[in-house]
Parts: sequence; C-alpha cells; structure tokens
Amino acid sequence: MDVLELARWQFGITTVYHFLMVPLTIGLSVLVAGMQTAWVRTGDERYYKMTKFWGKLLLVNFAMGVVTGIVQEFQFGMNWSEYSRFVGDVFGAPLAMEGLVAFFVESTFLGLWIFGWDRLPKKVHLACVWAFSLATVASAYFILAANSWMQHPVGAEFVDGRPTMTSIWAVLTNNTALAAIPHTVAGAFSVAAAFLVGIASWRLWRKRHEHDEHRAVWRSSLKLGTWTGVVAFVVLAVTGDVQGKLMFEQQPMKMASAEALCHTEQPASFSIIAIGDVRDADCESVKTFNVPALLSFLAHNDFTTEVKGIDDLVTEYQERYGSNYPDDPALGELAGKPIDYVPNLPVTYWGFRVMIGFGALSTALGVFALWLTRGGRIPDTKWFPRMALSGIALPFIANSAGWIFTEMGRQPFVVVPNPDPSGVDGVWMYTAQAVSRVTEGEVWTSLIALTLVYAVLAVVEVFLITKYVRGGIEGVIPPKPEKPDGGPGRDGGGGSGGSGGSGGSDDDALAFAY
Amino acid sequence: MDLETVWFVLIALLWLGYLFLEGFDFGVGMLMPVLGRDDTERRVLINTIGPVWDGNEVWLIVAAGATFAAFPAWYAGLFSGAYLPLLVVLLALIGRGVAFEYRGKVDSDRWRRVWDRVIMIGSWIPPFGVGLLIATTVLGLPLDADGNRIGSPLEAVRWDTLLGAVAIVGFSLLHGAVFIALKTDGDIRHRAHRLAFRILPAALLPLAAFLGLVQWREGALWTLGTLALALITAAVAWWRLAEGREGQAFAALGAALTAAVVTLFGALYPDVLPSTTDPANSLTVTDAASSPYTLTIMTWVAGFGTPAVLVYQGWTYWVFRKRISTKHIPKVHAPR
Ligand code: HDD
Ligand code: HEM
Ligand code: HEM
Repeated sequence: MDVLELARWQFGITTVYHFLMVPLTIGLSVLVAGMQTAWVRTGDERYYKMTKFWGKLLLVNFAMGVVTGIVQEFQFGMNWSEYSRFVGDVFGAPLAMEGLVAFFVESTFLGLWIFGWDRLPKKVHLACVWAFSLATVASAYFILAANSWMQHPVGAEFVDGRPTMTSIWAVLTNNTALAAIPHTVAGAFSVAAAFLVGIASWRLWRKRHEHDEHRAVWRSSLKLGTWTGVVAFVVLAVTGDVQGKLMFEQQPMKMASAEALCHTEQPASFSIIAIGDVRDADCESVKTFNVPALLSFLAHNDFTTEVKGIDDLVTEYQERYGSNYPDDPALGELAGKPIDYVPNLPVTYWGFRVMIGFGALSTALGVFALWLTRGGRIPDTKWFPRMALSGIALPFIANSAGWIFTEMGRQPFVVVPNPDPSGVDGVWMYTAQAVSRVTEGEVWTSLIALTLVYAVLAVVEVFLITKYVRGGIEGVIPPKPEKPDGGPGRDGGGGSGGSGGSGGSDDDALAFAY
Repeated sequence: MDLETVWFVLIALLWLGYLFLEGFDFGVGMLMPVLGRDDTERRVLINTIGPVWDGNEVWLIVAAGATFAAFPAWYAGLFSGAYLPLLVVLLALIGRGVAFEYRGKVDSDRWRRVWDRVIMIGSWIPPFGVGLLIATTVLGLPLDADGNRIGSPLEAVRWDTLLGAVAIVGFSLLHGAVFIALKTDGDIRHRAHRLAFRILPAALLPLAAFLGLVQWREGALWTLGTLALALITAAVAWWRLAEGREGQAFAALGAALTAAVVTLFGALYPDVLPSTTDPANSLTVTDAASSPYTLTIMTWVAGFGTPAVLVYQGWTYWVFRKRISTKHIPKVHAPR
C-alpha cells in the first residue's frame, strides 16, 4: 500500500473510532444535565441517582473521546500536510475556534462538575454540567462547519492557487453545515437514547423477581430514552431530507452513488434493498422493492424530477474537471492517470441504507421496550434483555454508516467542487493531492500503533462500562459515612450534595477523588 | 506590530501556557513512584491535578489548532516533518488520559499498578517529545523548497534537539515537585519540598545549556537579556525554596519559563521553521501565514476567547485551592 492508501485507512479507522465515543458523549451529557436539573428542581432522589449513574458511564466514555480527539487534531498536519497547506486559510479557523471556544469550556467545567459536588453551591454546580454539555454541542458545530466546507466550499476565493477566506460568516452558516449539524446532533441523541433503553431494560429485567428499591430509576431512564429516541428520529428524518436535497444540487455524484443509480431516471425510484453487486454495469437489475418516484422526491420535493445517473455524471465531471490527474510527480503512481470519478458504490449504497434502517430499527426497539414494560410489567423472557442490550449497537452502526457514506461518497475529492451557484467554483482538491510527503514506514508505524492501542482501549472501556452497569446504583453512590451525631452523610443521596459554597472544614474527605 | 507578528507572539504564548500548566501535571505524574509511597499517597498526588489536567492539555490542542489557522505551512511542515516523535507523544497522551480516569474504577492492586505505570510513562514521554518538537522548530529541519522534510524520518532526532527535549523534561520534573509542595500537606509536602530544592540545579542545567545553544546559533542582542533573566529568576526560585516559600518559588519558576520561551521564540523570529540545508528554504512568518482576513478574524476570536479562558481556568484553581493530604482521601469506592 502507498502513503495515500495508508493515510486514508488511518483517517477512516481513527475517525470512525473517535465517532463511537463522540455521539454518546454529546447525547448523554445533555441528558445527564437534564437529570440533574430535575433533581435540583424537585429534590426527588430518583433523579439524583440517575445523574450519578449515567454521569459515571458518561465519564468512562468521555475520557476515550478526549484522547482519540487529540489524534484527530494532529493528524491533518502529520498525514495530510498538502491538504493543510491548501485549505489552512479557511479550514484552520473553525478548528482553532473549536479549541478556544468549545474544548476549553468542556474540559474545565467537566473538572468542576466531577470534583465540585460538595465544593460548589448546588446551582453553580448545575451550571457547570450545562456549560460542559452545551460545549460538546458547540464543538460539534465548529467541526461540522469545517467538514461541511470540504463538502461545499463557500466564503472563499481562489488566490495564488489557494482558497483564501473572504467571509467567516459564510463558512459558519454554510447551508450544508446548517443541515448537517442538527442531523449529527440528533444522531448523537439517538445513540444516547438506545444506551438508556438497553441498560435500563436490562436492569429492570435482572431484578424482576425481587424487590428493587431503585426500580423507579430504571423506569424513568427507559422512558426518557424511548422518547428521546423517537424525537431524535423525527429530527433525523426531517434534516436528512434537507441534506438529500442539498446533496442533489451540491454533490450530484454522491446522490447517484447513494442509490447506485447507473442511468439517468425521470422520475427516479428508490430501492429499499439490492440482491447482488450494485456495481453491476446494469445495476438496475439487482435492486428490488423499488418505490417509484421516491428518489425524485428526496432530491427535489417533486415526484417527477430527473435524477442524473453515474454514466452521465462521469462525462459531465470529465468535461468540467478534466479526465486525467495532473502530471505531477508528487502524485506518484497516479500522475497523469485517468481520474475515477465513481465512489465505491457498494459502500455508498449500503451505507445509506444501513444508516436509515438501523436508526429506524433502534427507535422502534425503544418504543417496543416501553410498551412491553407498560403499567409496571417486566417481561419474564430471556430474549427481552438480549434484544434490549444488542439494540444499543444499532445507532452506533447507523452513525458510522452515515459518516462512511458521506466521506466516501465524495471521493476522489477531499474538497468537493461545486456545480451549484451557492458555493464558490474553482475550489477543489483531489484526495490524492492532499497527502503528506512522508515515507510509507512512518504511516505504517502510526497506523499499526494507533489501531492496536485503540483495540486494547476498546476492550477496557467496554469492560468498565459493563462493570458499572452490573454495579448499578450502589456502584456509583458510596455508602453514607457513619457520623457520630447520626446526621446525614455528605455523600448521601437526596438533598445533601453541595449545600454550601464553603466546602466544609479542612478535615473532611474530598467528596470525590480519583 | 503586523498581524503575522501578533500571531507569532500568540502561538509562543500558547506554548508557554501549555508548558507552564501541563509542565507541573507531567511533573506530578513523573514523581508518582518517588513521592507516592503507598496507594493513598499516590492518590493524593493524582488528586492535586485531578480537576485541572484535562483543561491544561487543551492548551496543546489549541496551540496546534491556532498554528493550523494562522500558519498552515508551519503546522504542515513541522508535524509531518517530526512525524514519529509526534506519534510517540500522542500515544503517551492517550495512555495517560485514560489512566487518570480509569485507575480508580476497579478496586484491585494489580489494576492500579498497571495504570500507575501508564501514568508514569505517559508523563515522562510527552515533555520529552514536546521539548524535541519545540527544539526542532527553533533549530530547524532539512527542508526542500515546498517546505517538506527531506532525508530520513528521524531528522528531528539529533543531539541538539535531544538537549531541548531533556531541558523540558528537567523543567517539568522540578515544576511538578514545587507544585506538589504547594498543593499538599503533611509528609508528602516536606518530601516534595526537599526534593525540589535538591534537584533544582541539575534539573535546570539542560534548559540553561539549551538556551545558550540557541542564543549562540540564532540569538539576537535582546534575547541575551531574556536569557539572563531566565537564569536570574531560576536562582530566585532556588532561594525562595530555601526559605520555604513554595508559592513564591513556583511563581519564580514560572517567570524563568516565560523568559526561556521568549528567548527561544525571540531567537527563532522571523523564521518559524528554519531549513538546515538551504537558508532560502526556511519558512518565515510571512511565508507561512494565512491571509490578513483570516488573521483578523482569529485575532478577534482570541482577543475575546483567551481572557475568558484565563478567568474560568483561574476560577477552577481557586475553587480547588486547598492543600490535600492523606486524610482527605476517601475510601476506594468502585462497583464489585
Ligand atoms: C460531531 C461531533 C464531532 C466530530 C465530527 C469530531 N469531534 Fe472531536 N470531539 C467531539 C465532537 C466531535 C466532542 C463531543 O466534543 C468530544 C468527544 C468527547 C469529548 O471529550 O469531546 C471531542 C473530543 C475531541 C478532542 C479532545 C478535546 C478535549 O481535550 O477536551 C479533540 C482535539 C478533537 N475532538 C478533535 C477533533 C477533530 C480534529 C475532528 C475531525 C476530524 C473531530 N474531533 C471530529
Ligand atoms: C466524526 C465523524 C467522521 C467520520 C466517521 C469520518 C469518516 C471518514 C472516513 C471513513 C474517511 C475515509 C474515506 C476514504 O478514504 O475513502 C474519511 C476521510 C476524511 N475525512 Fe472524515 N469523517 C468524520 C468527520 C470528519 C471531519 C469532521 C473532518 C474535517 C473536519 C473530516 C475530514 C476528513 C479528511 C481530511 C479525510 C481524508 C481524506 C479522505 O480519505 O477522503 N472528517 N473520513
Ligand atoms: C430518514 C432518515 C434519514 C435520512 C433521510 C438521512 C439522510 C442523510 C443524508 C442525505 C446524509 C448525507 C449528507 C451529505 O453527505 O451531504 C446523511 C449523513 C449522515 N447521517 Fe443520516 N439520514 C437519516 C437517518 C439517520 C440516522 C437514523 C442516523 C444515526 C443514528 C444518521 C446519521 C448520519 C450521520 C452521522 C451522517 C454524516 C454526517 C452528516 O453529513 O450529517 N442518519 N444522512
């Protein structure tokens, strides 16, 4: 494999991995902030326990999100230095803003939240968890604005062979970004929702025969998870529809690849599933369950729109952007070779369907679990917990599929040219030109080292989450220390946490310590 | 000052913030096996930085991100040029970050021993690697006309950059010891204090040597002044330690670091990444900088953002200002 392929594998592996932690952090942090708000407002101990339990799982996950994020920040310079030089003037700004505006807030207020349970007044402590969780959403905003600029460059002009920013406002309000952000954040909530549903169902089921003093905690969590999942899916469908329409105008080739549409159709039908290889030259024949005219509607809100097929688009792209790579030795084997404008069709076709299908399935599972447990019932069957727990994987897979589709659907470009007038024309870059001039050995080393370390850490994280799930509420709330006067312990549930700003006397143990 | 210079100064300040803050974090991790004699003592040490280490690490991320935005060619040339050292730093930071969070999550000696080792190794390697990286950007790499490294993947590892690496390691070690003396109480405090006092000259010698080397090769007249200031403030730190004034010693060390960073980046300016083969290929602030528009936008963001960061990070240190000792550490609580 050459440096280009290795760097692509590394980016794919490390980013998909980072994005396993990210959606759980974003979704769960906001939900935990909501739980703590409910506790502060009502004083109901159930919400306190929910905050502590889900908050602990959030922390286990957050640590991994942070350390895998650092790799992302440096990777552009290490593996994609030509890309960094080319786009830095525009792309670097949202990245730096993410650090200055979001990451600082996120990390600082998380520290205050974890260690501040007894040190801070209750309301200030609550404000800390909100600052932290809203900062995770802010970080999603900035990074997605950066990513959307690669999909649809705006607010820049071409000067001396490089895009130069002319309007930060245009970059931050790119219509591609404004659609991608609610879509991705809703995808994050769908992950957190399934996490709550799966774990709460299992906890309910496990103690179905005995008295469980915490049952209300799990019931509330299940309910919260299910409704979050339903709302998230509605938002996903609506925003996804908007994205589809933008994609039709901005990246027609990605649109055709999502459907593996070889020939232009009018009206274009949407296939639910295909049997056989969608790369088949006569690709229509492998698709089944076609819904007539649906693709036309997705593309342009109109059941009769013409959707261009790959064959026609390839000719169009060759006319606009050339049929061969420039004869530049830096391109290595690809120099002067014909450009393949067709993305990897099986990946895009299936990626799109897995995203929608698994997301829908996950929401349906939540509703089903809520229905099964209606009116205080707990199903006494083995498949119930199995279904609930394995359902957690669904939205994770849907999210990864969505990203893999989005990113691989724009190949061979790393910065996609704009046929539509809302973007700047003339700004584009091939992935092959973007890679660093480093040796294969260097990229091999980092690819192997990072993949191994990530694999080990995945095992550790899953082990810890499992342990805390098994430990339940007792695992996250320390037993009340015995006080001679019989007063409530400082770490006890209910209203004692964080009663004053002074933090007690010097001899008190820390409320929380690593 | 033109915007390019402003941003050069800002990037130097971000590195200074990083070395100052994460410097003592690293020192605490490095000294864990020395000053933490049993588990409770090790937990005291970890908890001195518990609420703040993650926020400190973000200074590194922002230093990198700001370089990307303000000087894309610097970001691209340095990080691809010093690829392998940077990779090692990243791996160490990955291990260290999860170790803090995971160490206490299982109640078993073996589990804690493993993570203690990860914290220790993960605290020695990054200051070494970051020192190497800073030394590389100050002393240069063999670059071609496009700003890409020529030669082997290990061009960044030479005796002179290694001296810079050891310099940052020595500083972090000492800085950590003084920080522990400042943040703990009881026996640990005294041991940390004594250790800091004893190792100060040896720990700062490589930094002094490295500053001398940079001054000799690239320095200007005025950087001679800041170099002298670095030496003087280091001596002040030693004197205040001898008097038992930990807070003042810590501040004096911070002043020494500031003077040192100013010397390094002052000597580097107007280059950002010199070429060791052909001076014509050296990257300068002007070659590497983004457009004036981008720099203006970034100046506004940094102008509002940085003071806010300083305020709320400062507030965190205020909230957790109390000295910690073994009697504050609660019993281990983890699910069975
Ligand atoms: C949609 C959201 C999203 C996306 C697409 C990405 N990230 Fe991320 N990132 C987050 C959302 C996020 C987060 C939710 O804010 C994280 C995850 C867990 C966490 O600690 O913060 C985070 C952590 C995180 C950190 C550590 C921050 C800290 O120390 O607090 C860095 C440096 C990055 N990311 C950088 C990147 C880069 C360069 C990406 C692009 C390739 C990227 N992330 C994709
Ligand atoms: C977190 C969610 C993301 C996931 C899961 C993801 C996934 C991927 C995958 C699978 C690839 C490899 C595609 C290929 O080589 O065919 C890729 C490439 C790439 N992505 Fe993303 N991506 C994400 C977010 C981002 C963001 C936010 C950015 C920029 C800010 C970005 C920038 C890039 C770049 C520069 C490449 C490398 C060039 C390439 O191979 O196309 N990605 N991504
Ligand atoms: C009816 C349902 C959905 C539709 C119509 C839809 C549509 C889309 C489209 C068109 C894109 C590509 C945008 C582009 O590349 O320009 C996309 C991306 C994506 N989708 Fe979906 N989607 C749906 C459901 C889901 C679900 C259920 C999830 C996850 C749980 C999800 C997660 C993602 C992610 C993470 C991306 C990549 C980031 C982005 O570009 O926003 N989507 N979706």
